[in-house]
Amino acid sequence: MPKTCAIVGIGGLGAPAAALLGSFGDCNLRLLDDDCVDLSNLPRQPLFGEMDIGQRKAGVAARHIQDRLPGLSVEFREERLSTANAANLLAGADVVIDGTDNLGSKRFLNQWCCADRTPLIHAGASGWDGQLTTILPGQSACLACLFGDLSDEIGGAETPNCEQDGILGPVVGAIGLAAAREAIALMRGESPALAGRLAILDGRTQRWRSLNTRRRPECPACGKLA
Amino acid sequence: MPVTVKIPTPLRKFTAGAESVPGEGANVGEVLADLESRHSGLQERLCDEQGKVRRFVNLYVNGEDIRFLQQLDTPLKDGDDLAIVPAIAGGRD
Repeated sequence: MPKTCAIVGIGGLGAPAAALLGSFGDCNLRLLDDDCVDLSNLPRQPLFGEMDIGQRKAGVAARHIQDRLPGLSVEFREERLSTANAANLLAGADVVIDGTDNLGSKRFLNQWCCADRTPLIHAGASGWDGQLTTILPGQSACLACLFGDLSDEIGGAETPNCEQDGILGPVVGAIGLAAAREAIALMRGESPALAGRLAILDGRTQRWRSLNTRRRPECPACGKLA
Repeated sequence: MPVTVKIPTPLRKFTAGAESVPGEGANVGEVLADLESRHSGLQERLCDEQGKVRRFVNLYVNGEDIRFLQQLDTPLKDGDDLAIVPAIAGGRD
């Protein structure tokens, strides 16, 4: 039975991931985003075109993917993830890709996936830089193990973000495709390459680096998971 | 050969665009102080008022997180690699 991959945020990261997973075929896709396609998205989000401007991203993405692959199972929800709807929107997902663009959403996704023990592929990109890691709750480091509680009040204004640094299409696309690669491994029952590792792309030099990550026993999100 | 400090893109404005810079010091704390002496403003982005590394920034010595080594006292020797890795918020738009 095909596995289900939920992609939260269908933009610079999520759109290329969704397109690639759509081509992979052997999965159920669930696309989550409440945002609309904007002209400024088009350079970085090749899944969308001018005719899609103003329409909701999740539905448009689902339609484009199914136009190419009519037999593929693609659901979409035009909602923003919250504590009120997370259980419903993510129910039954075998893997979740974080394509969000703010620390609050990333923190929430990490907490939810750890509590639910759902594998999460954390991805982020800003300016020339991108990074991703695969979180296997209870087994590999989660986002809170790496970067703490990511409180917006403390760090939000100072962490790299697209508003301040801009975003380069090939960088965010490369990270999105790498995230899809991790999702495919998980859905196939293989060990994901980036569990226990943080992969970092320097888009200016085109160099990837890999850093070892470790779980923190005192981590508020996953410390108590065995 | 001193320590090589890898600078993430958002902080390269403090290093005149350099992706890596040399650092001198026997441990991570000393290297950060050395960086600040030559790239003013960098340390404030990395450490809080108490001198602790900000939680959303990770420092890695030869690929290992210093929080699992000896924190700012993690020893360094010539030729070592110190990477500065902040959390990244962006990616959707």
